[in-house]
Amino acid sequence: MSAILAIVRRDLLLAMRRKSEVLTALFFFIIVVSLFPLGIGPEPLLLKKIAPGILWVAALLSTMLSLNRLFATDHADGTLEQLVLSPTPLGLLVAGKIAAHWLTSGLPLVLLAPVLGIQFDLDTSALGILVLALLLGTPLLSLIGAIGAALTLGVRGGGVLLSLLVLPLYIPALIFGAGAVEAHISGLGATGHLSLLAALLALAAFFAPWATTAALRVALE
Amino acid sequence: MSWNSPAEFFAMGGYGLYVWGSFIVCGAIMVMEPMLAKKRQKDILRALRRERIADEIEKGTL
Amino acid sequence: MSNRLINWFKFASPQSFYPLAGRMIPWFWALAAVFGIAGLWISFFVAPTDAVQGEGYRIIFIHVPSSWMSMFIYLVMAAWAALGLALNTRLSGMMAQALAPTGALMAFISLWTGAFWGKPMWGTWWVWDARLTSELILFFLYIGFIALQAAIDDPRRADKAGAILALVGVVNVPIIYFSVKWWNTLHQGASVSIAKSPSMAQTMLWGMLIMALAFWMYSIAVALMRVRAIILERETHTEWVKELSEVKQ
Repeated sequence: MSAILAIVRRDLLLAMRRKSEVLTALFFFIIVVSLFPLGIGPEPLLLKKIAPGILWVAALLSTMLSLNRLFATDHADGTLEQLVLSPTPLGLLVAGKIAAHWLTSGLPLVLLAPVLGIQFDLDTSALGILVLALLLGTPLLSLIGAIGAALTLGVRGGGVLLSLLVLPLYIPALIFGAGAVEAHISGLGATGHLSLLAALLALAAFFAPWATTAALRVALE
Repeated sequence: MSWNSPAEFFAMGGYGLYVWGSFIVCGAIMVMEPMLAKKRQKDILRALRRERIADEIEKGTL
Repeated sequence: MSNRLINWFKFASPQSFYPLAGRMIPWFWALAAVFGIAGLWISFFVAPTDAVQGEGYRIIFIHVPSSWMSMFIYLVMAAWAALGLALNTRLSGMMAQALAPTGALMAFISLWTGAFWGKPMWGTWWVWDARLTSELILFFLYIGFIALQAAIDDPRRADKAGAILALVGVVNVPIIYFSVKWWNTLHQGASVSIAKSPSMAQTMLWGMLIMALAFWMYSIAVALMRVRAIILERETHTEWVKELSEVKQ
């Protein structure tokens, strides 16, 4: 447990030192979301209808931006090999890295989403569901993304390849996440969507670190 | 099935474009894919033969 | 039992599988041709005109088999991948790699024929219904698998990375299918109306099954052709490849 915390603390510290990377992904999120009304038109009813989908797609894309560096910098400076050789199970260390990734890329999106939701005229209760859905969904994005990041570690054209591998796997998260807010707005209630999202999160939390570890071992062989 | 004339058969009761558009593309893919696989096999065999000849020249047996 | 096990491992080596595959390919092509001709005969001359969709429904005879194959090949690919990870056999990765393009093309055929069926029946080339959308995502998964393997130079690493991706994909496919279905449960219309008259469904089912067999034989034949090329590419510097009669001539 202390090893996980140490990894999380270390990665957070590194992220603090390189603030621009975190901020870039965050501003990317804001800009992408703000582009849609400009492309579609300012009609409030239409914007309100598509807001959950836009916010979620933008969240997927901005998560992709930071996934690349999840293992790449550690791989480049040899830290990753040290981690593999350390006595702590690699799966735990990987879980720590994924947690740190979520804290630096997912959590800021969750906190920022309500502000952007206001731009789209979402009411308070819808904003609450949006935050809840993102809170359940963004860790899922980090978990699944970590598998892709490990698979494409040190591979030619890794960045584009990573999005090709990971984005199709994000589809359930997108459907249930955006669906939760839509269902709430249309009065159906978001409980079903949110509990499915939670189930997916539990499943991914169990399997993703394991698959990521396997992929990392393959990459470092 | 009763097709009275070839023209009727090709017209497919007005759905000719869609039926033939599907079957022809499917058939084309199923001709192309084995050809590409065969070409891949031929290419690697040619490379292997060339390598073998190069080896023999090197050894002086040819 | 142990004898049989030894036999299996014998054919699991690329060296002994290469000639075996070469001997099997013509048989599978012959079977594919027989089933294909029979299936086409049923599709165009035995199966009667559909009461609702006229002759347009005949697309089903390639649409459904290609959809089945695209899903089935993904499962087979993942099974080979799992076998390769578990037993560390060289052939498994090559089989998975050989199957992927065929699976992707099957998914493509399914999408293409789906569009050509949808246009006259629903009035649009594309509908975001559950099955078409899942098939599209399956196509993306195939493309991802092929791209990942193409991007990694070391074949052993490519095999293992591909295997992990295929296994992650196979866990995800049902989840994706379910989520897409949840997202849109509007795929009734076309398929249900076909099965209305029972006698007709019978011939149609036979036609579809025979066509599916033809697609199956085709897939095996073409995958074996590809795996032979892959074996030679990977084993270029081994003695047995240099001693092959095809190389010696």
